Amino acid sequence: MTKAGAKTVQEAVGAERRPALGGQDMSARGVKVAVLPPANRVSLRVPEEAVASLSRALGVALPQKPKTSAAKDGRTVFWLGPDEWFVFDEQGGDALADCGKAKGLHSAVDVSHRNVAFAVSGPGAEAAIAAGCPQDLALAAFAVGACSRTVFGKAEILLYRVSEQEFRVECWRSFSGYVFGLLGEGARDAAA
Amino acid sequence: MLLIRCPYCEEERPEIEFRHAGEAHVARPSDIASISDEEFEAFFFIRANTRGTVYERWRHVNGCARFFNAVRDSVSDRFIMTYKAGDPKPKKLPGV
Ligand SMILES: [Zn+2]
Repeated sequence: MTKAGAKTVQEAVGAERRPALGGQDMSARGVKVAVLPPANRVSLRVPEEAVASLSRALGVALPQKPKTSAAKDGRTVFWLGPDEWFVFDEQGGDALADCGKAKGLHSAVDVSHRNVAFAVSGPGAEAAIAAGCPQDLALAAFAVGACSRTVFGKAEILLYRVSEQEFRVECWRSFSGYVFGLLGEGARDAAA
Repeated sequence: MLLIRCPYCEEERPEIEFRHAGEAHVARPSDIASISDEEFEAFFFIRANTRGTVYERWRHVNGCARFFNAVRDSVSDRFIMTYKAGDPKPKKLPGV
């Protein structure tokens, strides 16, 4: 191989991280849909006897009640199933490394780059999500802090109510174009 | 849309979060290699397919992702009750 050829190969292996839909947003009257910045995410499975150990290691008590979440210092934990949680950290903390400090048996998988998150906010946020989500999103049924794995149109999402008028929607990266598009449609319908 | 009560989420959730997963309480032979072809056929292929009250496995696939059991009416499609996987077949059904 010539010298010039070797140089081309070296340049070609340089990796560039491109977040899906990075920085995009859309607004309709009363609803704003924004693509959130990348976050640290962990998919966590923990048997009952190790819940206390993992709660200590993460610095957040794993919520025990269905559809509830817990948050502390920029780190949020969703209850997803009887032995399953979803952790995300928006302040640069390494949740996976913290899980590694736990003595209790568990399975933790870094899924930071698997998901894309959207913030849906404004007085029409609930209606915009209801356009594709069959769950009861009224405040009485889906309170502030409530979270659930559910569907949005044909895609699976994680839904989290940040405040009365703000939701966080997480989906798998390859569904993000579809979810963003349908959220936009929902937002326009909610505004109409 | 049907509302199905998930025994793990402890509330009724929309049917499109769920997936049907066949007949419930089909016991797997403890030593599957020692059974005859006829016994294997009965275990693996033959289902009761009852008209009326049926016991089924369901999975809350786009929810808590857990399997559970449901008692359903195969004529009206009405859900009679649901219970956790591993629980025994209920002896008494509500409203039946
Ligand atoms: Zn469930």
